[in-house]
Amino acid sequence: MTSEIAVKMTGIVKKFPGVIANDHVNLEIMAGEVHALLGENGAGKSTLSNILTGLYRQDVGTVEIGGKKVEFNSPRDALNAGIGMVHQHFRLVSTFTVAENVVLGESDSSLFMDQKAVATRVQELSDRYGLAVDPSARIWQLSVGEQQRVEILKVLYRGARILILDEPTAVLTPIETTELFKTLRVMVSEGRVVIFISHKLDEVMAVSDRVTVLRGGRTVGTVNTRETSTTDLASLMVGRSVEFNRVVRQTPADRERIVLDVSDLCAFDDRGRVAIESVSLSVSPGEIVGIAGVAGNGQRELAEVISGMRPITSGSITVDGESVQSGRARSAIAKGIAHVPEDRLHTGLAAGHSVEDNFALKNYRSMSRFRILQRQQIRNQSTHLIEHYDIKTPGSETPVRLLSGGNVQKVLLAREFSASPKVLIAASPTRGLDVGAIETVRERLVQAADSGVGVLLISEDLDEILSLADRILVMYEGRIVAEVEAAQADRARIGLTMGGITA
Amino acid sequence: MNSNIFIIVIASAIFYGTPLFFAALGGIFTERSGVLNLGVEGTMLIGGVTGAWTCLHVGGSAWFTITVSILMGALAGGLVSTLLAFLCITLKTNQTVAGLSITIFAGTVGLSSYLANIWKVSKQPVPRPIRNLDVFGLSDTPIVGPILFHQTALTYLSWVLAILATIYLFHTRIGLQLRAVGESPQTADAMGINVVKYRYVHTIFGGMLAGVGGVFYSLAIVPLWVDGMTKGAGWIAIALVIFGFWRPSLALLGAYLFGALQSLGSTLKARNVQISGDLLDALPFFMTIVVLVLVSSRFAHRKLGAPAALGVPYEREER
Repeated sequence: MTSEIAVKMTGIVKKFPGVIANDHVNLEIMAGEVHALLGENGAGKSTLSNILTGLYRQDVGTVEIGGKKVEFNSPRDALNAGIGMVHQHFRLVSTFTVAENVVLGESDSSLFMDQKAVATRVQELSDRYGLAVDPSARIWQLSVGEQQRVEILKVLYRGARILILDEPTAVLTPIETTELFKTLRVMVSEGRVVIFISHKLDEVMAVSDRVTVLRGGRTVGTVNTRETSTTDLASLMVGRSVEFNRVVRQTPADRERIVLDVSDLCAFDDRGRVAIESVSLSVSPGEIVGIAGVAGNGQRELAEVISGMRPITSGSITVDGESVQSGRARSAIAKGIAHVPEDRLHTGLAAGHSVEDNFALKNYRSMSRFRILQRQQIRNQSTHLIEHYDIKTPGSETPVRLLSGGNVQKVLLAREFSASPKVLIAASPTRGLDVGAIETVRERLVQAADSGVGVLLISEDLDEILSLADRILVMYEGRIVAEVEAAQADRARIGLTMGGITA
Repeated sequence: MNSNIFIIVIASAIFYGTPLFFAALGGIFTERSGVLNLGVEGTMLIGGVTGAWTCLHVGGSAWFTITVSILMGALAGGLVSTLLAFLCITLKTNQTVAGLSITIFAGTVGLSSYLANIWKVSKQPVPRPIRNLDVFGLSDTPIVGPILFHQTALTYLSWVLAILATIYLFHTRIGLQLRAVGESPQTADAMGINVVKYRYVHTIFGGMLAGVGGVFYSLAIVPLWVDGMTKGAGWIAIALVIFGFWRPSLALLGAYLFGALQSLGSTLKARNVQISGDLLDALPFFMTIVVLVLVSSRFAHRKLGAPAALGVPYEREER
């Protein structure tokens, strides 16, 4: 390995409305290494790589490639500087052939393509790097693993010296992952640079030479893979417990009884792949069960399945012994399941409708006479809820989308709680809220539990789970891989299991 | 006698189908880049009135006058579609609404009639109409003569364009990149293709072709300017783009099929066949509705190979 610096990013700051995605991030990558970028979702990995590939422009900071300062205004500039990215969501034209995808955007001035020459060149590259794929096949005919190879071939064909792979193993089978790692080693042995973005600790340990850890948009540190361990990386990634206050509960959970019982649940995701695999869990009245895990490991699907928004392929869900019909939201509601979905403004509420209409969305049947809505009744309910939940809104008729994030969430919580549920499913309920609103939402969840509701709290924020939950389950690749009592929870251990290490 | 009618219908189907094909080919270029142009009807009318005015005011040989008129019609069509491109690509407005606005703004009761009024071209026979040519003196050859060797210069040009467009779309680098922009602008952008530029260029060029289609109405079919004279040809052209699976060759066939329906009425009437003229006039539009209904479902759209990003403004994913 040479000690020449291939990429140097200094003091990178990138702000989006309301978030600082990168806060003075520094990154230094040597030629000929696989450099892992490790961090939880929202740590700023993707933003950083999008800056390096010219998709975003940093607000502050400099990027140097091979010792020279560069300014990228578009992906083309980055490509010309030898930087290619394999996106997590493939950038392929599905109706085109492999060869056509590979030559796309090539700055060759010839009018016609030499299809044969392209195919030969693609074949050469695929032989050399072990990326088996038929150049004349159309993308839609290929498996996800093959499509990823096309993505890699694309950047190699362009002569990229620096390859960025964003969560490349997320879509691969274990065998394909091993193959990919071999390919990456061949590439770095030729002096190329591979930037490997991941949150999976064992893979980072297996393939990288050095690791830079990001947390909350900042660089935590860079370590040599050989001198570190998954445990160290996990604690770097999730951070030490800074403010770790367990919430004091008024009424303890009634562990003798079970209100929500889920057994052997399986379900598909939107693309028809298995998202949840034999998940079994139970929640007692008054208990808060936290589901920890890195986003995309089946948590969203789990919340949707339990609340009746997504059909189950096998298994059962019961509330107080009564089973909930698969994929029937109304059945779930009737059995007493309340749902605070991840995407509160689109799934949870009708953004363009007024506050009062959103309150009535769930119980409009009791708010109507002869199927005509009773406006006064709806107004009264709304006035009561606005006051009781301290919702800051200009009025009952204000569209929900005009409220601040915290107040939007309060509207949603007010509606769900007012139905006196037995079970509450809350998915990332505090994401994107300011500190004050976070406190309010957490208090409400605890109050609900104190009043005997069984709460299933799904969150990527480990601190939140550690401070609220009675019991913690960890999800990884659609399964529950660990279960601990919150009182005995060890932060680093949970971090490890979130990264797929079960020891 | 019967075969005679048949030949006349085919020959006039090609004649009536020519402006439809120009507009449809324009639509193919525009839609292949991912922009839906529902402003074709208005664009054709602007092209038609501009062509008529030019023909009335530019002297010189017939060839010169007609060529300049066609170019001016194309230019006018290009200008109208530049407005559409600005609305759809830069301002990222809803493309259906933008296209309809263009048709209403430029159409029968809008700009085209206003221009006809202030330019005083309404119902003024153009001095140099586009005439059918006698190619190689073969127009009297039985059967193939009227069909192949007695058409207008624009018709012959359209055949050349159909071939060139097929090569351009499916066999050149730029065509490949254009299709990528219409299928997956994210991919195209990541590969360093300028999505905005490709969309502008092809939307404007598509509008120019629609303008030429309009000129064919005011210089060849009638040949004088009458307000709203395209009578919905723009809508037929939009249906033809879909009907032709976004391929120039199939759109050409489709245009002649619709051309046949349009010419059937006048041909049969001339032969004293007893059939309601209104019914025959309505036939192409009835077909248009059937085609549009058949293909308007999302499922059919995907199955027929519509550009996947058709009608969707492109924005880089920003948070």
